[in-house]
Amino acid sequence: MNNDTLIPHLGVVTDIRIDTPDVKTFRVEAPEGGKVFEHMPGQCAMLSIPGVGEGMFSITSSPTKKEYMEFSIKKCGCLTSWLHMMEPGQQITIRGPYGKPFPVDTELKGKDLLFVAGGIGLAPLHSVINYVRDKRENYGNIQVVYGSRSMEDLVDYKEILEEWMADPSIEVNLTIDREQPEWDGHVGFVPNYVKELNPSLNKTVLICGPPIMIKFTLAGLKELGFQETQVYTTMELRMKCGVGKCGRCNIGDKYVCKHGPVFRFDELSELPNEY
Amino acid sequence: MQKAIIEKAKLLLADGTVNRVIGWKKGDFAYDSTPAVFNSAEELDKDFVYDDFTAANVSKYLIKESQKEGRVLVFLKPCDTYSFNQLIKEHRINRDNVYIVGIECGGKLDIEKIKAKGISGIQSITNNDGTLTIETLYGTESVSADDAMAERCLTCKSKKHVVYDELMGEDGDVLDSNRFDQVAELENMTAEERYEFWRSQLSKCIRCNACRNVCPACSCENCVFDNPNSGIANKAPADSFEENMFHIIRAFHVAGRCTDCGECSRVCPQNIPLHLLNRKFIKDINELYGEYQAGADTESRAPLTNYTQNDCEPSVVHERGVE
Amino acid sequence: MLMMSMEKIDDLFALIAEKQALYIPADNKDGAAEYTRWSEGVRYSSALNTLRSAKDFFFPQTENLVDFKMNGKNIEIIDTRKEAEDFVIFGVRACDAKSFTILDNVYLSEPVDTYYKTRREHGTVVTMACTKPAETCFCGTFGIDATQPGGDVECASDGKNIFFEAKTEKGKAFVESISSLLSEGDTSEVEKVKENTKEILAKLPLANLTTDAFGGDKLKEYFDSDKWAGLSESCLGCGTCTFVCPTCQCYDIKEFDTGHGIKRYRCWDSCMYSDFTKMAHGNPRLTQLERFRQRFMHKLVYYPANYDGEFSCVGCGRCLSKCPISMNIVKVMKALEVK
Repeated sequence: MNNDTLIPHLGVVTDIRIDTPDVKTFRVEAPEGGKVFEHMPGQCAMLSIPGVGEGMFSITSSPTKKEYMEFSIKKCGCLTSWLHMMEPGQQITIRGPYGKPFPVDTELKGKDLLFVAGGIGLAPLHSVINYVRDKRENYGNIQVVYGSRSMEDLVDYKEILEEWMADPSIEVNLTIDREQPEWDGHVGFVPNYVKELNPSLNKTVLICGPPIMIKFTLAGLKELGFQETQVYTTMELRMKCGVGKCGRCNIGDKYVCKHGPVFRFDELSELPNEY
Repeated sequence: MQKAIIEKAKLLLADGTVNRVIGWKKGDFAYDSTPAVFNSAEELDKDFVYDDFTAANVSKYLIKESQKEGRVLVFLKPCDTYSFNQLIKEHRINRDNVYIVGIECGGKLDIEKIKAKGISGIQSITNNDGTLTIETLYGTESVSADDAMAERCLTCKSKKHVVYDELMGEDGDVLDSNRFDQVAELENMTAEERYEFWRSQLSKCIRCNACRNVCPACSCENCVFDNPNSGIANKAPADSFEENMFHIIRAFHVAGRCTDCGECSRVCPQNIPLHLLNRKFIKDINELYGEYQAGADTESRAPLTNYTQNDCEPSVVHERGVE
Repeated sequence: MLMMSMEKIDDLFALIAEKQALYIPADNKDGAAEYTRWSEGVRYSSALNTLRSAKDFFFPQTENLVDFKMNGKNIEIIDTRKEAEDFVIFGVRACDAKSFTILDNVYLSEPVDTYYKTRREHGTVVTMACTKPAETCFCGTFGIDATQPGGDVECASDGKNIFFEAKTEKGKAFVESISSLLSEGDTSEVEKVKENTKEILAKLPLANLTTDAFGGDKLKEYFDSDKWAGLSESCLGCGTCTFVCPTCQCYDIKEFDTGHGIKRYRCWDSCMYSDFTKMAHGNPRLTQLERFRQRFMHKLVYYPANYDGEFSCVGCGRCLSKCPISMNIVKVMKALEVK
């Protein structure tokens, strides 16, 4: 019988990195080594521990990483708590990839890019950022604005410091919500910081973060003169199947798992505000 | 009757006693009214209906309605008043925000019983002194109202209103009902026969939760069957054991609080006689602890939540189980 | 057209059942019709339709998806899919027959649902034209002709004879397999019955209900309608409408620890349920209004937007009969309708 997308593959968690007090990054490989499947930036996968639950997570690593996939996961509910208790060597089940990726090889090609992320919202953008870094010649100016509650809550801080900030071809602007003694960077909320930075209007923007951050960042960008057609985001709703059949992750007639999770804001503004 | 009720509602709206009315809204057919809130005399005139088929017990809606601003008028049939009282006892309803007018009830009709006679294409139903004249696309039919009486109304326990602010018409009496006869029949079966009976009934269940959601005694904010942390939450039975357990656990949970309003069986799309499970509990409670009617008052302590020195010993379960 | 005397219907059932599983509408102990596996003595029901819809054959209420065995840090994935046995559903009405194509749109589109597809491939649908529609019927609203029910084989009866017309390759094979019972017959009587039924259909109380005001482009008209609050206020949030509906296709994936391993199964789910969209960090549909709106917007707007204007309702009338508070798609359409 043919494969069915509802029947998962096996994955092995080969490495677990503690990113923040409530975020860990899990490296997943096939039992025989290598990636379980290929994906594009912005796509998701269903991870599960049978008996505990199954959930949709965005794939944090770039497709240009050939050996493994990574998932940065915030401890939030039942399944994620269990994942946070795992030790390396644990098998999980994985199926996917699901959803429409960011249009990295089409609409975004040749563009100046501005990434705006808040908290765990960096996870889906992380994949895109590393993808465009690895294919640097295909894109124009690249700027990343990333903020979190505190220094400790910055996901992938080590990689940001050692790789992104050391890369002269991209500009990285970090901010945290409140002053901290050991922090000499910017302090303040992401939407305000974006406005302060006054990005040039020819940039294409990719936003991901808490809904409230997305809302105010978008409003700020519009004030600066950005059009909705220049701004992309990625959505999250409850999902079960991942392929637009189980019927719960829709916003209007669009299923986030199938037509999304990546939406351009002009597409989103056509849909009801039910997310 | 309907006219008098609408006039009463308009009066109470006009003099400011209430600011809205909960009742039944006319449907597309002769029998499909929907509970609804009416805010004005115009709305009442247009759509309010009270007839042989306005069977829905609206007491449970008052949990939500009585939390809102202003006072709501509700028309309660005798059996509905028991549900209302029980909800008052369980502190679910804000009594100050409800104005109750008790209305007489001669029993409600069950459209399914009429359809079961092969009557289809129903265009209108008129009740002339107990004879129903049913106009259909296939001709005129005549049915005795008694033959179409809802099962629960055939064993009506009371025509008395146990709570009201005002009554329309005369109050009735608690009836000497034969409602436990069917339970006795089940008790007289052998254990195997009884098991077979309930298996065949409960295996029809599609777990739509209509029985639970309509039940005035099921007023938990988060049901154990919906709570993923309970360990028994499920939407559909993974096996037949679970299928039985849903109804049995529910019956246990409403034991001593179920007023026997019969809504569970009325709404079951699979026609499972769920009220018999609850009635068995009521019968047992009556026999073991003395006559008790949930919802008859708002103060007395229910036998299962009250301790007296005369209470039966737990061993009674075993003794009664021995055939 | 090929026909058979109604008197031979039990012979027909016996003949079909020799080769494959046969399901026919039969009256249960309570007098309600339900699809029953035929065996000697099971009588074909005269009821207009079955209590539960025929979708169960292709989309059962629960089905196992996959099993797991857990062993320390290791997981074994066990594919439990089986080839379905060949089966025939006899006596499917036009509304239910149409519902299969609505389910097909979802389950047979990429990525194909193999569980559904297997059963669909193994099932032969033999339909039966309606002769006595009920007041709750409104299949005509969705362009369905109750006298031409479709399926693999379309049947109609004039009371004395049943006429068989193969509509698909599978249907041809089926008619061939029962040819020993069939002979050529005159269709004038059955055509008269069909004309008569059409007259009744035109007189049904809901005959004038149309979908004109609905469709995939009507999101803006209806999503923020002020009618939803009143329509949904008495909704109990149960799943009756969803579960009796032949076109409701949403499901949940659950797990069950058997003590020997984990069974992952799928079961019908209802958008009317409070946990349908609940996540660890919130719920986009917090009250019954949003859940209620979802069900009807899906049927009247979202589904047509995704599937070429087709509506996700066949007018079978089951929700009209079964909703505990008699709220239903007809009342919703009438209340919402902006012409």
